[in-house]
Formats: sequence, structure tokens, C-alpha cells
Amino acid sequence: MGPLAVNDIISSNTNFFLAFVIGIGFGFVLEQCGFSSSRKLAGLFYGYDMVVLKVFFTGGVTAMLGLLFFSLFGWVDLGMVYVNPTFLASAVVGGLIMGAGFIMGGFCPGTSFCGAAIGKIDAMIFILGLFIGVYFYAFGYPLFETLYKATPMGSPKISTMIGLSDGIFALILVVVALGMFYVSEWVEKTFPREEY
Amino acid sequence: MEKTTLSNRTKYLNPYIGGVLLGLVLLAANFIAGRGLGASGAIKSVVVSTTQTVAPKYAENARFFKEYKEEHSGSPMKNWLVFQMLGVLVGGFVSGAFAGRLKFKVEHSPKITSRRRLIFALLGGIFFGVGSQLGRGCTSGSALSGMAVLSFGGIITMMAIFGGAYALAWFFRKNWI
Repeated sequence: MGPLAVNDIISSNTNFFLAFVIGIGFGFVLEQCGFSSSRKLAGLFYGYDMVVLKVFFTGGVTAMLGLLFFSLFGWVDLGMVYVNPTFLASAVVGGLIMGAGFIMGGFCPGTSFCGAAIGKIDAMIFILGLFIGVYFYAFGYPLFETLYKATPMGSPKISTMIGLSDGIFALILVVVALGMFYVSEWVEKTFPREEY
Repeated sequence: MEKTTLSNRTKYLNPYIGGVLLGLVLLAANFIAGRGLGASGAIKSVVVSTTQTVAPKYAENARFFKEYKEEHSGSPMKNWLVFQMLGVLVGGFVSGAFAGRLKFKVEHSPKITSRRRLIFALLGGIFFGVGSQLGRGCTSGSALSGMAVLSFGGIITMMAIFGGAYALAWFFRKNWI
């Protein structure tokens, strides 16, 4: 049955329309959680507000379990769901550069659009920076190309790589997430939060 | 009195409930489109589209744009993530309107100036822009969506993003605490 668009159950235009609807849900939930505030997001890195960790891992685990159950019920063919390819070197270096951007800018791309949508000027400037960064990358691509294409590994699943079934790995991830939630509740009590 | 209660009630959603809702949105994206959420991909679409319009000759020869054309058919703006990001703007605005948070402002710690906040916001954006291209997606497309489908690369990128930010947190602490 699913994914609907890949199986041609819905047309390409319907898929685009639903992308817009899904985006509304995405933006609404992020804003409701407070992801439109850079001070709230940056709290993760200083311990005064762990909302990012809680929302991010609850979201990831929910979607992961949902996909596994959908697959079990025969509602979605996991073989047709896009799995991000792994290029180890650029995944690490790109991630570290994004980490630097996160601690400086206080946003990531998705949350900056959320902040801009409610009038945060710092979020709009962050978006301006995003465009400058992507233009810089595009025009300076020869500088980055070797690193970008280094160490291709296909699209492996982490469960396969460590020799576990998806279900067992998912169970481990759920336990790890619960552990992190427990720790983050404790961390928030330890580091004071100002009103913002 | 009643106003205080109302503003307290509408402040922010419980993060675990918010997380479950976010997960359901991500699940819907995978069920409908066979792919996860994303943000930086939409920016890439705009960059490709504007360059093709303003400097078509350059775009035809430069490798970045050639590779994009080989991988994508049709107009770069007729892209799943572009429609999704337009939705994000609408959804964020509607949520802010319901919660009474619509306001033009530069948000920053009282210990720093607006100017300093904006300079670092710009720098942060530039870094995130470059990093998202190398990482084949940002926190949404690579880290969150990658985790949902157990992608090895996505989980590595996620650890690098959060690890990198924690490693540098001490140096930028004056901006936030």
C-alpha cells in the first residue's frame, strides 16, 4: 500500500499538495513546542532547557516505531522508503560544521523558518546566512567535492551494521531515549532557567 | 487574573506530547511520500533556481548545478521540500497566532546587544548552510528523518551536529547564559 506516492496511488500533484499540508503540521508542532525561540533551543547546550532533546527523540522514536508497525501490518513497504545514504567523512565534517552553526546561530534551518514565521528577526537573519552558506557551497563546489564524495557506503541501516534486527535496535533506542529523558529532567532542575 | 491563566495555559506544548505529534507528522511524510521531512533541501532548490535564472550559462557548466540537474527532473522549485517548507511558514504562523506570539523582535540574552545577536545569527546560518550541503541534509532531513529510518549516515550526522555544538558551547556561552 504505502508509500502512496511511490506506489502511484496518489498523483505527483497530490503529493506536492500533501507536502504543503505536512509542512503545516511540521511548522505548527515545532512552534507549539517553542522551537521558534533560539534561547529555548540553545538551552540544550547549557542544560537550562532540554526541550530539543525531549521533542527530537520522542519524535524520532515515534516515527521509527510507527514505520516498523506499519511495515508489520503490511501498510508500508519499507524497501520503498528513502533511507539517507551514508558518506562517512562528509556526514561527520558536515555535522560538525552544522554544530558550530547551531551554537552560534541558535537555530537549525527548520526552526529558523518557524521563528521567522512569528516575526523573530534573528531567525530571518539566520535564514539569510543559510542562503549565503548554500550559495557559497554551490559556487565553491570544487573545494568541497572530494570530501562530499569520499567514503561512500551505500544506504546502510545502523541495525544491519551492528548485526541486530530492526526491532531489537528500536527497542534499544527506546530504552536509551527514556534514559536521556530521565537525565534531562534532572539536568533542568540543576541548571536555573531565566524567563524568556 | 483570567488573562494570566490563559497565557500560562497557552505557553508551550508539553514536549513529550509535542514529540509524539512531530513523530506522527514524520510518519505521515514517510507513508505518503516515502521520504522524511527536511528544510535545507528547499533552500538548495531556491539557490539552484535563482542561479539558473540569473546566470543560465554558468549554471549549465558549473559542476554543482550540473549534478543537481542529473539527479532531479523538472523545475527545482517543483520540489517536495519547497512545498513542505511553505507549509512550515504557514503552520508556524498559525501556531504563533493562536498562542499570541506574533511579534517582530530580535530575541537575545539580556547580557548581549541585538547587534551581537544578529551577527552571530548570520554566522550561524552561513555555517549551517555549508554544513547541510556536506551532510546531505540538516537536523530535519538528515538527523531526525534519518533516525526514523535507522539510516547509519543520518545517525552519524545527528551525533556530529549535537556533539559539535556541545564541544563549542563553552566558547559561545556569553551569547546565551
